[in-house]
Amino acid sequence: MKNKGDVWFKRITFLFASSIPFLLFILVFILLQKSLPAIVEFGPGFVFGTVWDPLADKFSALPFIYGTMISSLIALAIAVPLGMGCAIYLSEVSQSKFKEYIAVMVELLAAIPSVVYGLWGIFVLGPWLVKIIPGMTYGTCMLTGGVILAIMILPTITAISREVFQAVPYNLRESAMALGATKWECFKLAIFGPATSGIIGAIILGLGRALGETMAVTMVIGNRPKISASLFAPAYTLASVIANEFAEATSDLNLSALIELALILLVITILINGVARLLVWKTTLKYNPR
Amino acid sequence: MIKKFLAVLMVSIFFCSTAFAIMINGAGATFPYPIYMKWNKVFSQQSGIKVNYQGIGSGGGQRQFIAGITDFGGSDAPMTDAQIQKAGGDVLHIPTVMGAVAVSYNLAGVSNLKLDGDAVVDIFMGKIKKWDDPSITVLNPGVSLPAKDILVVHRSDGSGTTSIFTTYLAKVSLKWASQVGKGKAVSWPAGIGGKGNFGVAGQIKANSGAIGYVELSYAIKNNLPVVSLKNKSGMFIKPSLDSTSAAASGAMQSKKLMKMVNAGDFRLNLTNAPGSGSYPIVGMTWLLVHKNMKGSSKGAALVKYIKWALSDGQKYAPELLYAPLPKSVRRKVLNVVDTIKL
Repeated sequence: MKNKGDVWFKRITFLFASSIPFLLFILVFILLQKSLPAIVEFGPGFVFGTVWDPLADKFSALPFIYGTMISSLIALAIAVPLGMGCAIYLSEVSQSKFKEYIAVMVELLAAIPSVVYGLWGIFVLGPWLVKIIPGMTYGTCMLTGGVILAIMILPTITAISREVFQAVPYNLRESAMALGATKWECFKLAIFGPATSGIIGAIILGLGRALGETMAVTMVIGNRPKISASLFAPAYTLASVIANEFAEATSDLNLSALIELALILLVITILINGVARLLVWKTTLKYNPR
Repeated sequence: MIKKFLAVLMVSIFFCSTAFAIMINGAGATFPYPIYMKWNKVFSQQSGIKVNYQGIGSGGGQRQFIAGITDFGGSDAPMTDAQIQKAGGDVLHIPTVMGAVAVSYNLAGVSNLKLDGDAVVDIFMGKIKKWDDPSITVLNPGVSLPAKDILVVHRSDGSGTTSIFTTYLAKVSLKWASQVGKGKAVSWPAGIGGKGNFGVAGQIKANSGAIGYVELSYAIKNNLPVVSLKNKSGMFIKPSLDSTSAAASGAMQSKKLMKMVNAGDFRLNLTNAPGSGSYPIVGMTWLLVHKNMKGSSKGAALVKYIKWALSDGQKYAPELLYAPLPKSVRRKVLNVVDTIKL
């Protein structure tokens, strides 16, 4: 016979745990319900169209999907090598006191509100990029958006990668060292492999933040719903347009289209998380075969 | 048991709500929020009637009013006839105060830029691309304008400021009216978007060669360089509270507007108004109320509030950088308020 207290303990914690799937369910349900008018009106063409005209009640999502994906990819392209390099230094290379200060600063970077990043982006980063990059005329564009995102996700990627490296069992390092490996070889042979799944996790968390970031991006990306091959042209992201237009959207279709954009953002996030899970699962299998 | 409990609860809620003073609820535009707050405070001290206003945006204000969640709405953009029909045809637009939209720019060494309607339209259309374009230089004799690219900055968020600005552009240009149109958010043919007055002003400040539009009060508070615009009478006028009020008085000379006013319709387009002192980009903000408030316990209190706001309340407008309604307009509005059925 089980302890009565334990039975209740199980029931209550089960209730708490099931609140997560329940919340996700009602979230998706409401998004679907509210975006139904737009889905019915525009059909699948909504995802592939390029027109966003609130006055004519014509809406489509492609420029926003494009802007979200490209700005996040720019952010990853910059933040992943930078963050990984920083994490490797902090975890494996440096023995000095200096690294403690860097670790604190990384956390400070994560604590800065995004509106402050946005301001800094308008007044400092944008004009500065214009000065150093030939061909860039204005500091408000896709590239600036990507760079500001890179700075914002850098702490996430650095901090998690560092934790992951440190979680690798110490005896792996010792074995490599015992075989005469240099620091670089030791990292390459003994640490990077087991840490791969964790690194992917760090990158995905960073990407998640980049995809959903709103305020800082909307302040520097130019908010123009147009697909342009140039990184120096203004662009627009899913999260930004929702934040910009939601409060003042008068027509029901406009509101519904904005909610469908939210649904698309959710689907993109779920897809990316799914792929990441798969990668993590595969690499875990490789290094920890059951 | 539960039924009994609910019954007791409902009775007690009923008594609570009648025991306290009347509370009028409204929500909507953020542009007039500061003055509505001031009015609500002073009015409740004088009359004991509490007015609660939430600045949730004109769109939300219209929706909540139509859905019957609020007693009145606030909006910077008038509802269309179709929207009014949807709301049961029973909507009155009461103008409260006026605002203007200033065109601001960033050009080192140019302190008093002059533009006319056509030039503003062509700049925001993306047709005029350089600052030394002949259609700009001809308006600014003696000023040396650089051969710099123009960067157009507009609002990225839906806004009453955009509504007033595009109403002006659509009024002075048929091309703008047919290709872009007017509203709180439009599909801009050129430029970049900044979030809020603050975002637009920031982009202008950060980018040499930029031009954009901000609310007049914002331009005054932050001492931004503003364009003198050519009005209907051919004068170049800087935006100010006086030139805003002058525009309303000037607009009243129009037969079309008077006809609307006499019919009790105050969705007036005040842009490009005649009169030598009128600034051309001017608009009103409205309270949305029902024409028929029979059976509503709050109707009388709401009418009292509106009447007070349009008389004593107006004196608080200038200090908060809103232009008060001219007396002639106020009289007409008060006449219409008297026709509200209680």
